Amino acid sequence: MSLAAPAPRPQLSDEKFSPAKLTSVQYGIVLLLAVLVAGLWRLQVLGSSNWKVLAEANRVRKVPVLAPRGKIFDREGRLLVDNYPSVTCYLLPEQIKDMATELPMIASGLHLPIEQLEATMKRFQGAPKYQPIPLKQDISPDEQAFIEAHRNELPELETHDEQRRLYPKDGFAAHLIGYVGEVSEQMLATDSRYAFYSPGDVVGRSGVEQTYDALLRGVDGSRDVLVNSHGKEVGHLGQELATPGKDLRLTIDLDVQRAAEKAMDGKTGALVAMDPHTGEILAMVSRPSFDPNQFSVRLTKSYWNQILNNPDHPLLNKAIQAQLAPGSTFKIIMSLAGLQEGMAQTMHVFCAGGASFYGHFYACDVHHGMVDLPHAIPWSCDAFFYTLADRLGIDTIARYATEVGLGQHTGIDLPDEVSGNVPSTAWKLKTQHEKWFAGETISVGIGQGAVTATPIQLARALSGIASGGVLRRPHVVFPDEVPADQLTAIHESFPGSGDKTIQVSPENWQIITDAMANATNPSAGGTASIAHLDGIDFAGKTGTAQVMGHDALAKSGGGHKTVPNAWFVGMAPRRNPDIVVAVLWENGNWGKYSALIGAQIIDTYVNKQRSRDNNLRIAENPKPAPAPTPSAPPGTPVAGAAGQRTPAAE
Amino acid sequence: MTRFSSFRDFDWVLLGFVSLLSLVSVLEIRSATAMTKFHGFDHKQIGFLAIGMVLMFIMSLIDYHRLVDVAYAAVGVSLAALVAVLVIGTKHLGARRWIKFPGGVHFQPSEWVKLVLIVALARYFWGLAGRDLTWRDVAKAFAMVCVPMLLVLKQPDLGTALTYLPVLVMGLFLGGIRLKQVAILVVTFAVLGGIGWNTGKLLKPYQKQRLTSFMNPDDDPKGSGYQIRQSLIAVGSGGVWGKGTNRGTQTQGDFLPIPYTDFIFAALCEEHGFIGALGVLLLYFMILMRLIQNAQTASDLPGTFIIMGIVAVIVFQIAVNIGMVLGLMPVTGIPLPLLSYGGSSVLFTFLALGIVMNIRMRRFVN
Repeated sequence: MSLAAPAPRPQLSDEKFSPAKLTSVQYGIVLLLAVLVAGLWRLQVLGSSNWKVLAEANRVRKVPVLAPRGKIFDREGRLLVDNYPSVTCYLLPEQIKDMATELPMIASGLHLPIEQLEATMKRFQGAPKYQPIPLKQDISPDEQAFIEAHRNELPELETHDEQRRLYPKDGFAAHLIGYVGEVSEQMLATDSRYAFYSPGDVVGRSGVEQTYDALLRGVDGSRDVLVNSHGKEVGHLGQELATPGKDLRLTIDLDVQRAAEKAMDGKTGALVAMDPHTGEILAMVSRPSFDPNQFSVRLTKSYWNQILNNPDHPLLNKAIQAQLAPGSTFKIIMSLAGLQEGMAQTMHVFCAGGASFYGHFYACDVHHGMVDLPHAIPWSCDAFFYTLADRLGIDTIARYATEVGLGQHTGIDLPDEVSGNVPSTAWKLKTQHEKWFAGETISVGIGQGAVTATPIQLARALSGIASGGVLRRPHVVFPDEVPADQLTAIHESFPGSGDKTIQVSPENWQIITDAMANATNPSAGGTASIAHLDGIDFAGKTGTAQVMGHDALAKSGGGHKTVPNAWFVGMAPRRNPDIVVAVLWENGNWGKYSALIGAQIIDTYVNKQRSRDNNLRIAENPKPAPAPTPSAPPGTPVAGAAGQRTPAAE
Repeated sequence: MTRFSSFRDFDWVLLGFVSLLSLVSVLEIRSATAMTKFHGFDHKQIGFLAIGMVLMFIMSLIDYHRLVDVAYAAVGVSLAALVAVLVIGTKHLGARRWIKFPGGVHFQPSEWVKLVLIVALARYFWGLAGRDLTWRDVAKAFAMVCVPMLLVLKQPDLGTALTYLPVLVMGLFLGGIRLKQVAILVVTFAVLGGIGWNTGKLLKPYQKQRLTSFMNPDDDPKGSGYQIRQSLIAVGSGGVWGKGTNRGTQTQGDFLPIPYTDFIFAALCEEHGFIGALGVLLLYFMILMRLIQNAQTASDLPGTFIIMGIVAVIVFQIAVNIGMVLGLMPVTGIPLPLLSYGGSSVLFTFLALGIVMNIRMRRFVN
């Protein structure tokens, strides 16, 4: 003991405890370290590869790089649908510090109702915290500035650049072009074409956008982004470039389309203009229209309700989806049947403002007197066609109607075409389990009764007849723009009667087309005389289709919806036409009014072709078409002067 | 003066190992904080180490018998300080652990109490040396440790409170507790612990969750289960050779929680692999063996008791911290001595080493 230690320390022996105790502590430490080394061995040597995978999964996130969608042009390379850069605001739920104060700030900064914001938050409640929530698409520059200025207070806000569709204004060609939207759960679940899409993918939802989605969309790329634990991007590894979607050239002629849009303004109905040589659609309009731009960004509830509640169904493409009684336009098909059957050539019918069949009087609008076929067509004499129908019988009529493509899809490359109906004895037996009554045939003769057709079907049928029997599959995209396998796939998903040739003798062809030319001829007293075009070989057929029977009409007490539908099918020139037009003006009252609309389209088209033939510059056509010239090469005889006949029978 | 001490007897070998580990610590803190707002903590750690070294040398000059003399008084002061913390302490992250002095100095008494308890228990068991412990002796030792421990638990600071236990255990072990007593104590605590756990009086729910989630980290993927999972990923993905300094994706990407303090060993494992981890464990082994050697050669019982108390604390912290990092132990918030960033931890370690040096320098003096 130390002498220098005065403290009252307890007087104790310095006898040490057994050294074995210290040794056992040493062994204990060795044991502990061995356990730790074993733990390290297990993780770092045995299980390392698994943990490495997890470490990579932690920090590398695949971020899709969206492919810009292909642009859409008209047949001459004029831009119809473009893309524009747009900014979407996302919210990172992980970064929110104080929901109660930050949500109102975000709401006011992004001009969102707070209720909507709260609803969005609620909707994504179950989602993982690191998953960004899309708050608002297509934000304005001042909203972008707000996010930029509040980076520190609101770190949860994030912006992403995207490409959006820019469609023509005022619903121009909206039904034809269609629109894009997020793929629906139903499409993913039931449609095999969407098997490889994931929720949230933007796809074409109607029109060309839908049919040619596979071409237009391109292939999305991806970036491997390095993120930290908060999901913030801290760097990137590599990337797979996106393949931009293919630009698409439509068969639409912007000038004709413009004329059609203008002519149909304020009306309800549809218009199709087609090149009968090829089946190329030159213009397609359906009214009322809608704004596809509203669909490609966020559809507002009020706009959606407005569309849903419109009794005229703005989303319907009536050119291919309105199946209505064709009225007197059906008389062209009746004439073909009558002539081909050798029955109509010599037939004369006395029209006393109608005629009686099976004890019933069937009315005609006018007291025509003695009528033969060349007069019955321009005058649209019902009595003549009642008689012809009665003599042909329903099954013969049905055979010809089917032959020219009625009652079946035309196979146009647009979604959701309807087939219309061609009645026959077999059809009635099948659908109503009843025998066909001969009396029912009478009204079919003037395109009433159970026969229905779409504007595109009538345009194609007339094209075939006026071209001497050559029918084409209508289409809105040049087939040579589309890879062969995709073209096959599209043809298979839109089956129809397609391209085909039917028997039309040259004499019959001449009789029908000449009679149709007289329909627009005032001196011949044609029903479409008011639509006469000076200097253009313009032929056509009006149709005034009753929307309800006489009895029902009497009970309904009138009103706009009871007014007959006004039809017109027309072409120029009368034989081997370069353009065929079908016009449906719902409740338009008289076919001649639709004939006026058709005449405007024909006029526009013919004048354009003529000024081109004379090498005149067309104002709206600043650059030449990038792709091969349309199928009618320069120099092909186009609608010539009145009276000039193109050679018959090729 | 027969009492003579010289720096020739200073344990330079021990200091060498300690310095090596401190260097590893600084480098790993540097790497783990390089990309964060804690950038620069490596410099602060160097500062703590420098102060620690100075304190260690000063401590080695004060005869440890003086410390033994004042040990009981120091326990009284400690208790007063711990009560003061609970009353006037500053609250930070929900816990009251610091006393704030004018001039911005924050004082965390619970770390220093550890040192006081080591010396006080050394004195206590010295007084009992040579005979088997009675239940009365055991109870007194328990009281000396458990009263301050409960005060620290109250802050709440589970991690620091737990580090008082190994001091008691080591003291009882060396002090001569009998096997029968050990058995009875273990059974009693198992029963009491079970009751305490189930009634929920002893621990707060989050503490309980932390204690259990290491067994099923996926049950609590956002809380402490997340921390353990990220730690395992960091360690495992380090592989044999590691990813390299500044290249640990878990460490640098902020996936690994607090990679400069509690989870610094995980950061080290990720960036320097199995080899680096093995090196650090080897350094700990050398340091601990050297400390025990010093305990064996100490000139008297209190010297041995003090050093072994320090060994107990260090071993306990290594076991709990690395065990946590490897998923073998719950998350308790106990730092790794000599490796984790933090002034209190560094100063405790170096003051303790100062006492060890002191004891060694006086081993031939008698």
